[in-house]
Amino acid sequence: MDRRAVYKTAWIGSLLLAPQLLLVFTFFYWPTGAALFWAFTLERPWGGGNEFAGLDNFRMVFSDTAYWGAVWRSMVFALGSTALAMGLALLFALFCDRQLRGYKAYQTMLIWPYAVAAPAAGVAFRFLFAPEAGIFAALNKIHPEFWNPSINGIHAMILIVVAYSWKYLAYNFIFFLAALQSIPRALVEASAMDGSGPLRRMWDIQLPLLAPTLFFLLVINITDSFVDSFGIIDLTTGGGPSKATTLMVYKIYFDGFKGLDYSGAAAQSIVLMLLVMGLTFVQFRFIERRVHYR
Amino acid sequence: MADIDIRSVRKAYGKNQVVHGVDLSIRSGEFVVVLGPSGCGKSTLLRMIAGLEAITAGEIAIAGDVVNNLEPRERGCAMVFQNYALYPHMTVAENIGYGLKVAGLSKPERTARVETVAKSLGLSEYLDRKPGQLSGGQRQRVAMGRAMIREPKVFLFDEPLSNLDAKLRVQMRIEIRKLHNRLGTTSVFVTHDQVEAMTLADRVVVMNGGHIEQVGTPEEIYRNPASRFVAGFIGSPPMNLFDGRVTGPGEVQAHGIVLSVPHAGLKPGRPVTIGIRPEEVVLGAAGSNVASIDVDFSEELGSVRLLHGQVAGADFVIQVPATTAGPKIGRFSFEVPARAVHLFDAETGNRIGTAASGARAAA
Ligand SMILES: Nc1ncnc2c1ncn2[C@@H]1O[C@H](COP(=O)(O)OP(=O)(O)OP(=O)(O)O)[C@@H](O)[C@H]1O
Ligand SMILES: [Mg+2]
Repeated sequence: MDRRAVYKTAWIGSLLLAPQLLLVFTFFYWPTGAALFWAFTLERPWGGGNEFAGLDNFRMVFSDTAYWGAVWRSMVFALGSTALAMGLALLFALFCDRQLRGYKAYQTMLIWPYAVAAPAAGVAFRFLFAPEAGIFAALNKIHPEFWNPSINGIHAMILIVVAYSWKYLAYNFIFFLAALQSIPRALVEASAMDGSGPLRRMWDIQLPLLAPTLFFLLVINITDSFVDSFGIIDLTTGGGPSKATTLMVYKIYFDGFKGLDYSGAAAQSIVLMLLVMGLTFVQFRFIERRVHYR
Repeated sequence: MADIDIRSVRKAYGKNQVVHGVDLSIRSGEFVVVLGPSGCGKSTLLRMIAGLEAITAGEIAIAGDVVNNLEPRERGCAMVFQNYALYPHMTVAENIGYGLKVAGLSKPERTARVETVAKSLGLSEYLDRKPGQLSGGQRQRVAMGRAMIREPKVFLFDEPLSNLDAKLRVQMRIEIRKLHNRLGTTSVFVTHDQVEAMTLADRVVVMNGGHIEQVGTPEEIYRNPASRFVAGFIGSPPMNLFDGRVTGPGEVQAHGIVLSVPHAGLKPGRPVTIGIRPEEVVLGAAGSNVASIDVDFSEELGSVRLLHGQVAGADFVIQVPATTAGPKIGRFSFEVPARAVHLFDAETGNRIGTAASGARAAA
């Protein structure tokens, strides 16, 4: 049943592939190559090209306590946003799957955020969570400094976690709902006949059968949280207050474009890339095995 | 063990009514088969007994208690599903023992009971396997085990054999009946296969379009079908049915063929449907009630032969022993014994009884 088309002459194949290759080259290999070049070289102080620096750039990065601070904050952010986005998405998907009243409207509404670009979402959240306006202004009046992300680092972190999770909540919800709906109804009914109530059925039947989806989303959410948070941070907190929301990806941007330390930023990008690759590898290699039930 | 009382039960999905007022009493320990064509509402009826589907109107009582508002788990029924619905992430032992686990039995107790049930079903060797590693017949047994282990008051089966191959189906059919003889649990079995219905049932419930057409023992249903629908549905090949009218006392006519019948009190001119079972005509006989058939092809089924042809232009099938000598195609004359003629009202489709038959009118 091999129905692949086979092209007799290689050049037609190459021609068809060319646009794709061009894209991959322009947007992946070229920037990666440039980053590698910067990461292993150092710009001469008075111009005149770059000189090879070996691992010096990396040594600099790893010996910088500010860098480790960003790493730590990235971890907190990854765990917080993944837990929030996946937990709520699962809950909503379970509600929708049980077809509670109004679930259709709800379903459409929940899919929306994914279509909204990060800058728009960022601006929206900046206004929503502004301490001097809206609901938080009222709360701040009752209890001064109850909410002020521009001064309080923890508040700022909560703000970016919530703003970021908002989008991934939608993404996760779609996957969870699709996975739940692909579980045969008869399984849940059989469990009901076996005497279990709704919560027990969720726990014994639906969640285990969702395991592959849970795992897949876990990988996506954690890895994306390391790289996809830039837009939200830039528009809501700008990395502050006093670096409380400067995650690894934001630090790269800040050091590179604001501090003009291309080599340090490039080294950090390489580290981040390796981290994401490593995480993905570890998760697939060691966790995936336990979630397959067949 | 428990009896089941179904009183004027209706089911509607929105405006679409799919079960129209069903009344049925199932005695304790009885094996009842609900038989009907696809889409007639059999599964819906069964699922209403199980509690998986809300009852739109009417009442269902199990062992005397109305269960309309009870959750499935409070009704004491166990169900075997068409595609088994085994939990794919659990082993055979966990599948069978799941009900006990939910009920909060201790692990040693569960293990002991799972082993007993598995042994009685020949599953002992497979307890550690996942359902995905079993054959269709083994999965079917696991589904049975899962239903049995809770010692329910009622067994419900929704076409449990339809995914098996023909040979396995016959074997599992016998096992299910043996199991019933051993346990004596009240059972309701849904199928569209009449052979399953005839062989398994103490009583058969024939359904059509959300109504019950007839309730009776397999023999009653075959001998005295209560309606034209039942007559055409039961029997393989089905009864020959054609339109005619009453032409005199104890005489009907169709396509110019005159048949005398034992029915009394027939009004001349009344339109009727005449039914004759393929296996009840006698080939080549002379006498009264004789007609002739133009056979254009014959089918060998091993022990019997089917002759397909036309009688006075209407399609007709005759079944003869395969050992019948002579040509297989051509014109044959045959006799229809008067007692083999079934009559149905042309309008309502209800059986027109003879003094001897005592058939029930359609429900
Ligand atoms: N959830 C539902 N929503 C709307 N209509 C339904 C639903 N379930 C069943 N029906 C309709 O109810 C009717 C009876 O369905 P049911 O499943 O009881 O048929 P059945 O006799 O079991 O048929 P089969 O032999 O094909 O299983 C069908 O016409 C079906 O389309
Ligand atoms: Mg059905």
